[in-house]
Amino acid sequence: MSTTVPSSELPPTTSTTSTDPPTLAFRGISMTFPDGTQAVDDVSFDVAPGEFVTVVGPSGCGKSTLLRIASGLTKQTRGTVTVDPNALGYVFQDPTLLQWRTVRGNVELLAELHGVPKAERRRRAQSAIDLVGLSGAEAKYPKQLSGGMRMRASLARSLVMQPKVFLFDEPFAAVDEITRERLNDELMRLFAQEHFAGLFITHSISEAVFLSTRVLVMSARPGRILGEFAVPFPYPRVPDLRFEPVFAELSGQVSHVLREAHG
Amino acid sequence: MSVVNDAPSSGSLDVLGRLPDRNDEERDERQGTKGLGRVLRLVGPPFLVFVLFIGVWYVLRAVLLNDSQRFLVPAPHDIVSVAFLDWDNLHPLLDALWLSARVALYGLAISIVLGISLAVLMSQAKWVERSMYPYAVALQTVPILALTPLIGQFFDFNFRSRVIVCVIISLFPIIANTLFGLLSADQGHHDLFRLHGANRWTRLWKLQFPGALPAIFTGLRISAGLSVIGAIVGDFFFRRGDPGLGVLITNYQSRLQSEQMYGALIFAILLGVVTFWVFGLIGKKVVGNWADSAT
Repeated sequence: MSTTVPSSELPPTTSTTSTDPPTLAFRGISMTFPDGTQAVDDVSFDVAPGEFVTVVGPSGCGKSTLLRIASGLTKQTRGTVTVDPNALGYVFQDPTLLQWRTVRGNVELLAELHGVPKAERRRRAQSAIDLVGLSGAEAKYPKQLSGGMRMRASLARSLVMQPKVFLFDEPFAAVDEITRERLNDELMRLFAQEHFAGLFITHSISEAVFLSTRVLVMSARPGRILGEFAVPFPYPRVPDLRFEPVFAELSGQVSHVLREAHG
Repeated sequence: MSVVNDAPSSGSLDVLGRLPDRNDEERDERQGTKGLGRVLRLVGPPFLVFVLFIGVWYVLRAVLLNDSQRFLVPAPHDIVSVAFLDWDNLHPLLDALWLSARVALYGLAISIVLGISLAVLMSQAKWVERSMYPYAVALQTVPILALTPLIGQFFDFNFRSRVIVCVIISLFPIIANTLFGLLSADQGHHDLFRLHGANRWTRLWKLQFPGALPAIFTGLRISAGLSVIGAIVGDFFFRRGDPGLGVLITNYQSRLQSEQMYGALIFAILLGVVTFWVFGLIGKKVVGNWADSAT
């Protein structure tokens, strides 16, 4: 069930039995910042269609840098990324909502930037708002929302563009534990329903195991892939899965490798 | 899944299922909620200070000044009866007020357009900012007195020159605040816009400019007050032409007409307060709904 082998020796496996080419592929990615800090070192892995891959690792190990590289916001020093930039959704650590726009205005933003006609973007925004459970809050401004609701709005904003791959940069790091679990449950439901692929960054092991088809453990800076775990639980996963012995066992294994990662 | 089930941070849902607006609550606490009570709490404190101020005025006048000095500080009721209730005195005051108000508004309007445009330019490239900002500061600190002959030579000693002085005095806060606002846009927001193909104009228009509005209105309120000062000071420098409040103040001063002078003073203050207040009100209308601190 679990393997702990150097990433370079890993075949581009996927736990889903898809033969499609990967939606997102990292090949030998290294990143050294101009000030000399090496963020990631020779990282290779794939995210297949319909797969949800989570990267866990110590703070500052370059996990987020991977997402920035995937999206093109940061240019890697070496290696190649294969992805369709137009099929990317990016959910940042902060909700990054525009304060002066209502929930509806914020959710429409990306469609607006892509020139989607008004009626169409209104329609798409509404269905995304319904999907994340913000119905009724369309006319509210961000400052009137709780942290969890802001995150839902941010998620809805990305959903509007119907991305094939979602990049999540520790999106639930700033909300409390209960809200986080609830948002995980809903993300799980969305993932099962909307069939996007996901690359999720977190330092919460239970979040990683609960959400993913595959968990990758990254080392401290410079980030390397130390271990890979396939998560066998079928979707849709129920909230109580978190209390099953098999869940605890797998979490324990991830935790052990993560401890090594901290060095 | 259609319910919003995580508790909002600022309180629970009210009976209508609406989220309480934090600012509304604070406002309600500070000012009372309805009708007479609200008006009283709004007007009461400043009115009390006004009464106190007038009282102190009478007392100091009686205690500190002897008979030969008292003309310097006329009693408030004399100011009202001489400057405001006597039409022959009020008439020139109103004319001057109208002129100064026009100078201030023209000056402010030009400052707004010019200031915001310059700030937008500077926000586009660091080198533009570096090459222009020092001169904006210089404009703010230059002794206008030294420029008056030059301005008068080219623009006449009347209306236009006064407007120019007004612009020089009120321009800087608009540039500084607008620029600050434009540059405060979050890096994450810039990333988001860039990811979705937004060029710098789209970012300026949809991200930086709306985000800068609270700061812009802060600048506008400061400049609104300064534009009135500019209009009065402009009068001091260009004593020719139609008299504004500044000309009247110097005239009344030299003729020892203290009541009228204080009348002109009060008009100048009122003009400043009203412009400041109007811009505060517009700011509240425009950004009050969403900005963290309503301007």
